[in-house]
Amino acid sequence: MDLSRKWLNEFVDGVSPDEIDDKAFSEALTLTGSKVETYRYLGEEIRNVVVGRVLSLERHPDSDHMWVCQIDAARAEPVQIVTGAWNVHVGDLVPVALHDSTLPGGKHIQRGKLRGVLSDGMLCGLSELGLDQRDFPYAAITPAALLNDYHPIDPAKPSISADIQPGSKIYGPVLCARVVDETAVTLDTGSDTVTVKTPCDNLHKGDLVAFHTGTSTICTLADLRAEQREFPHCIPDGIFILRENCVPGDDIRPVIGADDHVVEFEITPNRPDCLSIIGLAREAAATFGKPLRLHEPVVKGGADGVLTDLLDVETPDADLVPRYTARMVRNVKIGPSPLWMRQRLRAMGVRPINNIVDITNYVMIEYGQPMHAFDYRYVKGGRIIVRRAREGEELTTLDGIVRKLNANHLVIADETRAVGLAGIMGGENSEIAADTVDVVFESANFDGTCIRKGALALGMRTEASAKFEKGLDPMNTLPAVNRACELVELLDAGEVVDGVIDVLNFVPQPAVLPLEPDKINALLGTDVSVDEMVRILRKLDFTVENGTVTVPSWRGDVRLMADLAEEVARFHGYNNIPCTLMRGETTRGGFSPEQQLERQLGAVCRSVGYDEIITYSFISPTYYDKIRWQPEDPRRRSFTILNPLGEGTSIMRTTTLPSMLEILTRNYNYRNKAARLYELGKIYLPGGPDGLADEQKYLTLGAYGEGLDFFSLKGVVEAVLSAVRAGDVRFEAERENPSYHPGRCARVYAGNALIGTFGQIHPLVARGYGVDTELYCAELSLAALMAARGSEPTYVPLPRFPAVMRDIAVVCDESVTVGALSDCIRRSARGLLKEASLFDIYRGPGIAPGKKSVAFNLTLRSDDRSLTAEDADADVAAILEALRRELGAVLR
Amino acid sequence: MKQQLEQLRAAALDAISQAVGMEDLENARIRFLGKKGELTAMLRQMGKLSPEERPAMGQLANEVRAAMEKAIDETRIKLEAAALERKLANEAVDVTVPGEKVVLGHKHPMYIALDEIKDIFVGMGFTVLDGPEVELAELNFDRLNAGEGHPSRDWSDTFYFKEDSSVMLRSQTSPMQVRAMDTLPLPIRMIAPGRVYRKDEVDATHSPMFHQVEGMVIDKNVTMADLKGTLNAVVEELYGKGTQTRFRPHHFPFTEPSCELDVQCHKCGGKGCPTCKGEGWIELLGAGMIHPHVLEMAGIDPEVWSGWAFGFGLERTAMRRFKIDDLRLIFENDVRFLEQF
Repeated sequence: MDLSRKWLNEFVDGVSPDEIDDKAFSEALTLTGSKVETYRYLGEEIRNVVVGRVLSLERHPDSDHMWVCQIDAARAEPVQIVTGAWNVHVGDLVPVALHDSTLPGGKHIQRGKLRGVLSDGMLCGLSELGLDQRDFPYAAITPAALLNDYHPIDPAKPSISADIQPGSKIYGPVLCARVVDETAVTLDTGSDTVTVKTPCDNLHKGDLVAFHTGTSTICTLADLRAEQREFPHCIPDGIFILRENCVPGDDIRPVIGADDHVVEFEITPNRPDCLSIIGLAREAAATFGKPLRLHEPVVKGGADGVLTDLLDVETPDADLVPRYTARMVRNVKIGPSPLWMRQRLRAMGVRPINNIVDITNYVMIEYGQPMHAFDYRYVKGGRIIVRRAREGEELTTLDGIVRKLNANHLVIADETRAVGLAGIMGGENSEIAADTVDVVFESANFDGTCIRKGALALGMRTEASAKFEKGLDPMNTLPAVNRACELVELLDAGEVVDGVIDVLNFVPQPAVLPLEPDKINALLGTDVSVDEMVRILRKLDFTVENGTVTVPSWRGDVRLMADLAEEVARFHGYNNIPCTLMRGETTRGGFSPEQQLERQLGAVCRSVGYDEIITYSFISPTYYDKIRWQPEDPRRRSFTILNPLGEGTSIMRTTTLPSMLEILTRNYNYRNKAARLYELGKIYLPGGPDGLADEQKYLTLGAYGEGLDFFSLKGVVEAVLSAVRAGDVRFEAERENPSYHPGRCARVYAGNALIGTFGQIHPLVARGYGVDTELYCAELSLAALMAARGSEPTYVPLPRFPAVMRDIAVVCDESVTVGALSDCIRRSARGLLKEASLFDIYRGPGIAPGKKSVAFNLTLRSDDRSLTAEDADADVAAILEALRRELGAVLR
Repeated sequence: MKQQLEQLRAAALDAISQAVGMEDLENARIRFLGKKGELTAMLRQMGKLSPEERPAMGQLANEVRAAMEKAIDETRIKLEAAALERKLANEAVDVTVPGEKVVLGHKHPMYIALDEIKDIFVGMGFTVLDGPEVELAELNFDRLNAGEGHPSRDWSDTFYFKEDSSVMLRSQTSPMQVRAMDTLPLPIRMIAPGRVYRKDEVDATHSPMFHQVEGMVIDKNVTMADLKGTLNAVVEELYGKGTQTRFRPHHFPFTEPSCELDVQCHKCGGKGCPTCKGEGWIELLGAGMIHPHVLEMAGIDPEVWSGWAFGFGLERTAMRRFKIDDLRLIFENDVRFLEQF
């Protein structure tokens, strides 16, 4: 919501920019709850631009289209300025950008020479001042076709000869004439002199024009059916000739209304009343402790006719139309609205259109009540019916778009058809036009949700619908429509018919609640006196009597003690509420065991060089293809977003693998040599409680780069399991997982519980991601890790007796796994074996093909004596015997 | 003989002092003190002396020996020290050669910020809660006073899984307030960080998935002054002692009164600069006293219990802290980015 501070001044004294600058004004209102986003001075970019009067005008000695002007700008000497515009005449008031001036868009004007003649600045047109013709309709320029500017398309075949003289015939009744006087345009037609009326403003003494003897008018390009390029300087653009009440030397900014300050507010949805000048004025008055001066509209009325004979309003869907208020204006004179109104609208970012439309916009901004004006002649039968649209009913809205409606839309209709989309936009078929005679002003209150949904379904949120959807004050419709009629009379834009049509489908009932100062202070932690509370509430137009508060109709957001507490707090000052620390029972805070586990796992991953990542929880269904899940794989069953941003983020992942692969791929594509990454993130499986997801956390590892292989990843997995002290950790080859290399993938168990899967990503998957290197990933379930956590360690006494070390190397078939060998070693020892660790696997000369040599380092120790060589030998012999017997592994 | 002994002493001390290595020293020792050494030889001649001369000469001979031994010991120590020094000098390394690489992983910057926030609140007696992201609209909206017709319920703003708009991706962490009220015994002090989802296209400041931290306190006699005091304390922990804050009125459907908390811009100290968009203040979080209806809907009597709640966006907090200027970096996970933290 923008606020013109000039407009605000109409309602509150003592808050003008001269008294309170924009920053202080914004800060104070922000602290009472009307948050200021930005503020700006409209004339900020305009500097050193003044009003000047044209003293003389001479043709440029070296140019056929430029003029040298002497301008009275209230300086010691006239200012000489060269201009290319042809609509300037002696005596005109013009905007002059003096030497070293600035214009909107950061344009800097400096002294210079134009074809050798000094120009001490520039005369400005509308666009140079950031304006257009809608701001100053009178500044429109109608150029005559000047024959001295004629440039034939084909120089060999000119339509008008270069030496044409007054009196020469051009065609039919059109002949050449010379301007002999430019003030009361007088022409020399060769045989006669005539004085003509013309809208053309580019005529100067000596110009040759085409004169239509039949209509006694000077021809424009259109009259001659000429092309612009034939008359390159006869363009409908030029200097802005001021018709304002100003004198040479005046700063141009107040003249064009650029002396206003506009403050932009972020209004919270609970305060639709502040989407208006009056609403903000009330807040400003209360904030600065100034009186609010509201104005009661006065309508003279008296136009012909009886309103009830002319107009009838029906509201069959009463629940959607709490109130419908309308008045009529007859014999309207459509024209531009006055400067002050146009300037205020402009300051608020609204383009002026015509007096009637401008009035509706003006009232909407001032009162916050959307208004609509429509042409009475298109209301068939004089009946306005506010009803639900029929299924498939069509209406062309003011923006020229055909809207297909359904029963959820509310329309303004006559007996035959819809003429407007209630609360959203008018219909083209009842639009105010230049020939409109009678106008109906509608000021209604519609159901917010109905308007919001209707606008949303049509994808057309308008200024009006944005207001209605927040729930407006139904008491506001009458003052607003009266204000519109008052403005009609003020602008002399038509005659107002006496009376008001006012359909009330609700019983006005103000909210009344007790003032409970103790409860308010208890909630706020303050000690605000009752008097101060009452004073604050009254400033905001609440009525406080005998401990009872009556809430004004526009404050639908105030219904409870807590709401009153907020009003008190806002004006007592949030920053005057003390700061206290919480009393009461202390609570023991902390992390759950799961959260502690997460923290621990993160620390483990980082300690082995893995970086943490965060990926989106939603993925594309095609990601399941990318990790080679079969089309019928049940794990594809995912929570599917019905209104996703795009397919790429349309389902909730049931695996974290593709998210990790995306990030590995991205890093690979960025030419990062290596990446070691982990994520603690969720998967979302169907089948949770209340129809929600079964959300499970996973630790996902992913890596690529030099020095990485299956075993380095396995080392990390082992570190994770060891960090949580998981017991009985086992690894099993996994050949069926389609996402992983069939020979380099394992499942890891703690006891019988599956912890997760890890290994090298299947080369086809990697290729699918466009990655030409080995990718490694692990997916470990947090719940499984949680369950596998070992208990707190208890101290085991350190060994008192030395250990005996023995190395053995056995030769076995390739198919025998190291796991099987070490398992066998552990089982077959006679109780002295403390540790068996692999230290070599050898294939090559000396070992038969299809065989391998596997070497272990055995640590044997007794807790109650020093071992003899014989003791150790006995155990080793038993181990070797078992290896031979069970696995065919023989000592090398 | 006396003269001979004195000459021998002089010769020996000279030889010892001339030694430049252990070998020279040993040679000197053998020459003078060895079994066939010169002093030994001279002592053998002691027998030829008269009994009167013998004690004096014996004493002198012992003195000479002692002097020699002492000189040898001293020189040995000196030579050993010199040898060690040479050895160590030879062992010197170029300390500017980089150390062997130990690769440490990095915590994601957003979780660095989050963990710090969690620790602050845990220290104040808050419990950290996790909750579902696929959530019931009832908990995300209705139970938080955002009834049917609230704009944020629109399908243009929120992701839904069911045609009847009953199951959604939570658009805020605030449903955790409701879950906490429904499940925890009173009084409650909790924070609930987590992922939230809104239908925003990705750009430098928007993402359809982001993180919030919710917080809530319910107790008897809880006031807005407590809210201010506690949040100010948290801000001081996060941004340093003496950080200026201001509270300004705002609106949330589930708190009343509601407020937003701004911290004074660290860049300009409140004067106004591009970082704070000229305001001098940077918005940090939204908060307020829990709306009585919200308590009632959870079966908590607002006449007995009151509470306050707050919520803030984690990305913005982390981005401000680490001066990250584009939200997309957070979810891009480029290792060159991650390894800066």
